[in-house]
Amino acid sequence: MTTPLLDGISSALQRGDRDAVVALTREAIDAATPASSLLNQGLLAGMRVVGAKFRDYEMFLPDVLLAARAMTAAMELLRPLLVADGVPLAGRVVLGTVKGDLHDIGKNLVGIMLQGAGFDTVDLGVDVDPDAFAEAAVTHGATVIGMSALLTTTMIGMKDVIRALEHRGLRDRIRTVVGGAPVSQAFAVEIGADGYAADAPGAVALVRALARVSS
Amino acid sequence: MRHVYEFTAGESTPDVEKLLAREVGGAPVPDRLRHLFQQALAHFESLATRAAIVAETSADAFVQIYRGEGLNAPSAPLDVIIPRAQRLALFAATVGDAASAEIGILFGRGEPAAGYALDIIASEATNMLADAAALRFLRLQQARRAVGEDARVLPYSPGYCGWHVSGQRSLFEALQPGAIGITLSHSFLMRPLKSVSGVLVAGPPPAHRFKPTYDFCEDCTTHECRGRMASVLRAPR
Repeated sequence: MTTPLLDGISSALQRGDRDAVVALTREAIDAATPASSLLNQGLLAGMRVVGAKFRDYEMFLPDVLLAARAMTAAMELLRPLLVADGVPLAGRVVLGTVKGDLHDIGKNLVGIMLQGAGFDTVDLGVDVDPDAFAEAAVTHGATVIGMSALLTTTMIGMKDVIRALEHRGLRDRIRTVVGGAPVSQAFAVEIGADGYAADAPGAVALVRALARVSS
Repeated sequence: MRHVYEFTAGESTPDVEKLLAREVGGAPVPDRLRHLFQQALAHFESLATRAAIVAETSADAFVQIYRGEGLNAPSAPLDVIIPRAQRLALFAATVGDAASAEIGILFGRGEPAAGYALDIIASEATNMLADAAALRFLRLQQARRAVGEDARVLPYSPGYCGWHVSGQRSLFEALQPGAIGITLSHSFLMRPLKSVSGVLVAGPPPAHRFKPTYDFCEDCTTHECRGRMASVLRAPR
């Protein structure tokens, strides 16, 4: 069920108007709007429209990032209420750029767009040790690990992350997604990753599908 | 001869309208995106410190450098281009660490759109800096009458078109671009990230022509070589 307030949040989100989204979210919380409604009929409803417009070339990547920025700001207000109400998030994803690689723009784009899709993300940054991926997935209860690399010399480190999961007996519980300029579907298959995404929107769709399988 | 060049903003300032057109794939550019990119350009100009280092080399010396760790494709464009070259120079260029670092800072601060726009502008400016260094090299060679009036220069970089990225090691050993603040990691990654390196090849326009039918061309998603070849086959600069 939507209300003018939730519709307003959705519209402001589509405009990428962070200040309006935060103000309206605060207003909705003060009006005792259920956290799940605020998330699903307000924020995620707006992000779904943004995603559809992006797919149809009516909005562009910077628009999606502005919307995701507004979503992230609103989630800071909403997250404690969601936790208190026991509302589950879409899932939790550990992200990082593999060992030896310092490129982070692609990984950052995926992270912000995952947050916009309602996922909780744990960003390990760049030059991440294989064991650190596995350790973080366990510590944070993540079901998906997303790895990025921009060099042919570092992309082979993705296989080490999968090996680290195997050594810990986690390979069947934690899905792995790979991406980055030199990475391909064939490479993903070769190293035994669960999926490859060519871009950030593709990564979100892939993680959504894998998180569903994991749960 | 080894030269360290500094550049003015005008020598590698990205054309925001061109970047926006690429961003929206030919659709009308919304004002909100134009504003975002114009702000990012102003921000970039406040951070960028453009520099390049160019060191002339011989074909024989370059062949040793190009061989690198022995991981190049068995057959690659530079195999046919280098013998046709009139003059060669190793080069590296950067827009500096502040601009590279700021991109990550913006993402960390929850400003992904601004970070994304700055990344696009900084990448474009870095590529333009390679072209600016190439132009100075060409002018120098023309002034010395070492190349013909119709000569054109194109940069070629490790990591592209069959030149394995591990070739960075021998390139850096010969060029020593630490003089302008560029370093290389064990995984052949340049810092600052917004840096470019490789060889400048000067020669008549046909010297740069090759058939993009190598094995690795099948995996290429950009096919930028076609535009590069077309650019030198047009009227000389």
